[in-house]
Amino acid sequence: MTMRYVYLLAALLTAIGVSIFAYKWQVLGFPLTDDQETPVWTVETSVHFDAGPGPIKASLQIPTLTPGFGISEEYSVSRNYGFSVNNVSGGRQAQWTVRRTAGQQTLYYRIVVYEDRDADLSDTTPPFPLPPVINEPLRTAVDVIVSEVRGHSADAASFTAELLRVVNSPSPGSSVNLLLAEVDTPLEFVKIMTTVLAAARIPARIIRGMELQDRTRRANLIPWLEIHDGVRWRFFNPRNGNENLPDHFLIWCRGDDSLVQVAGGTNVEVRFAVQKNFIDSMAVAEKRARVRQSVLVNFSLASLPIQTQAVYSVLLMIPIGALIMVLMRNLVGIDAFGTFMPVLIALSFRETRLFWGIVLFTLLVALGLSIRFLLERLRLLLVPRLSAVLIVVVLLMLVISIASHKMGMETGLSVALFPMVIIAMTIERMSVVWEERGPADAIRGGTGSLLVAVVAYLAMGMNWLEHIITSFPELLLVVLAIVILLGRYTGYRLSELVRFKALSGE
Amino acid sequence: MMFSTARNLRKHGVLGVNERNARLIMKHNPRRLYPNVDNKVITKELALAAGMAVPELYGLIGHQSEVRNLGKVIGERDSFVIKPAHGSGGDGIIVVTGRSARKRDCYRMASGLLITESELQHHTSNVVGGQYSLSGNPDIALIEYCVEFDPVFANVSYQGVPDIRVIVYRGYPIMAMVRLPTRMSSGKANLHKGAVGAGIDMCSGCTLNGVLDNAVVDEHPDTGALIAGLQIPGWDFILRSAARGLEVTGLGYLGVDIVIDRHHGPLILEMNARPGLNIQIANCTGLAGRISRVDELYDAAASPEARAKFARSEFAVATSRA
Repeated sequence: MTMRYVYLLAALLTAIGVSIFAYKWQVLGFPLTDDQETPVWTVETSVHFDAGPGPIKASLQIPTLTPGFGISEEYSVSRNYGFSVNNVSGGRQAQWTVRRTAGQQTLYYRIVVYEDRDADLSDTTPPFPLPPVINEPLRTAVDVIVSEVRGHSADAASFTAELLRVVNSPSPGSSVNLLLAEVDTPLEFVKIMTTVLAAARIPARIIRGMELQDRTRRANLIPWLEIHDGVRWRFFNPRNGNENLPDHFLIWCRGDDSLVQVAGGTNVEVRFAVQKNFIDSMAVAEKRARVRQSVLVNFSLASLPIQTQAVYSVLLMIPIGALIMVLMRNLVGIDAFGTFMPVLIALSFRETRLFWGIVLFTLLVALGLSIRFLLERLRLLLVPRLSAVLIVVVLLMLVISIASHKMGMETGLSVALFPMVIIAMTIERMSVVWEERGPADAIRGGTGSLLVAVVAYLAMGMNWLEHIITSFPELLLVVLAIVILLGRYTGYRLSELVRFKALSGE
Repeated sequence: MMFSTARNLRKHGVLGVNERNARLIMKHNPRRLYPNVDNKVITKELALAAGMAVPELYGLIGHQSEVRNLGKVIGERDSFVIKPAHGSGGDGIIVVTGRSARKRDCYRMASGLLITESELQHHTSNVVGGQYSLSGNPDIALIEYCVEFDPVFANVSYQGVPDIRVIVYRGYPIMAMVRLPTRMSSGKANLHKGAVGAGIDMCSGCTLNGVLDNAVVDEHPDTGALIAGLQIPGWDFILRSAARGLEVTGLGYLGVDIVIDRHHGPLILEMNARPGLNIQIANCTGLAGRISRVDELYDAAASPEARAKFARSEFAVATSRA
């Protein structure tokens, strides 16, 4: 009965821990290793123009909804200019204003985006467009094309694909030639397509964006076609009717409004430069989670002040030490003083490093033990004697620190990092065992404690483990589940296999 | 290799520490009853109330200020034992067997060494201060009758007092051994310290072969006398007393330690709520089989006498072993 609850509890804890972990790992993209980096793209837009005599107001269309990308940060570099970002119909606009300036001007707008396959695609559902007003003879041409294409298609998407196939055909009909007679640029081509689609009552708009490539000094905005099929927006290549977006395609703006407008300036030119960088995956994951307003991240370690985070990165490893302790005690069967004394010793090894930790610890305990035996002769009462040992330990630490400093060995200074109360207790426990059970037992217990401490230190010092535990503290629930299960382990300890070997009949 | 050893141990019914803790101690020994055995003063009172034989208590010292009364408590007695009420594993026990011929305030310990009264007082003060108690809490020192052990063990013990450990499961004695002090154990009847453990045939009360540090020994390492085949006097009485341990303490898994005094016969020395598992080695038998046998035939209404009888009939050792 109890067993079933134990299994149930362990399974529940594991399920909670693992599912939070899986969500953070797979959906939010928390990295499993701390050296993992995510590519981010920096797009730098520079607006060049010659300033006129009056006040200047420059506005630039900037990305709003960017399927496939998440916006990490954006900022503007422009001395003396007032800067603001306004929401206008069709997207956002960066606006620079200055009362008076002269000469050639350059305004910078920089945006950093990361790739995010699941970036929010939500967009408004547009109303059905009104039939456009088109003059003859274009009107007849559009009607002809629409009725021809409609005959070959089933819905909005297939209509669009068929339309683009027809107008891009190498031997176009007369109505297509008429339609495209005045088209010079790709932008105008896409614009006329939206007009035809509007005549067929299909909501469509122009999007302009760029294919992100590392170290591009002059990127161009490519027009693309976007239609709404009643459920969602879909993207079509205007040149061949394929439904897709190019790889790494960052949608910069929508509509055919001019990209940049400078009131009070001349010779306006816009340039895009693209740079690919790598930044810590953790930062990107946290940004992504914040965009999604994930509760998990609001309650994560990263929301704490830095100093507290540092404390917790140590504290969160203690359960790992405790797990090692349980394994060593109940599965291996090693004798050690105290329940968590080895874990605390292991914690202090973090500061001193392993070799010096062992050396200093052994030295301190050995010295303390000999002094404890001297004190024994004075026949002191228990508590005063313990206090005396504690005071001696503090003095010994001081002496070791000073002596090693004089000898130019800075590692000796780290002796101060040992929890002296733990050392004093170890000495006292060891000396009692020494007297009562003999040196063999005392040294065995001391060595056992040190051994468990070393194993716990090695486990707690594993960088990848520390990273995993600090980024996914929910995994401690799994550790808890393991400890609970081990709490009901009734099998033999490794040491018992040796101890009872005579009874095994081998 | 490891797994096959574990399988073989399981097959032979060997009980491990984890299993003992989880299945026996946690199930049958409620924590609130621990003071009944952890505090030797309470154990003694309970055993006396139940009409069991215990070593006579000379006095208690429960406070540092009373330590100087030690001499008064001892009086003119030549032999006595000082032990902590909360001690474990025989720690903190001093056995005084006589006095120096020249000086009355100089005592001779079981080891033959002399100890002055002030040293005894210091030891008593350590005991009262809690040096030997399980949690380091202040303790009480008992001064009690020093057992003069029965000559049956004279040839197989070195100094110290041999004692008999009986494991009692739900009131049924299931396994027993005698612990024989050696020079290595400095006269203490503690297997960890090098005492010899010898299994006992539950039916006849005769000793089986001895075990020293997990190895089988035929002879006592110090005296060279044969260990096996000694008849323990008053065996039936011992089993009945041990069986009553359940009623006295309420603990379902219990180790009862008994010494056989030359004058007073078997005396209950102490009881233990977490008896060790070395008894399995001493008997070359696992405990698990006997435990499941008791569970099978458990009778809540059985009297201690009936339970002792059950043990004698159920757990006899095949003659080839003895």
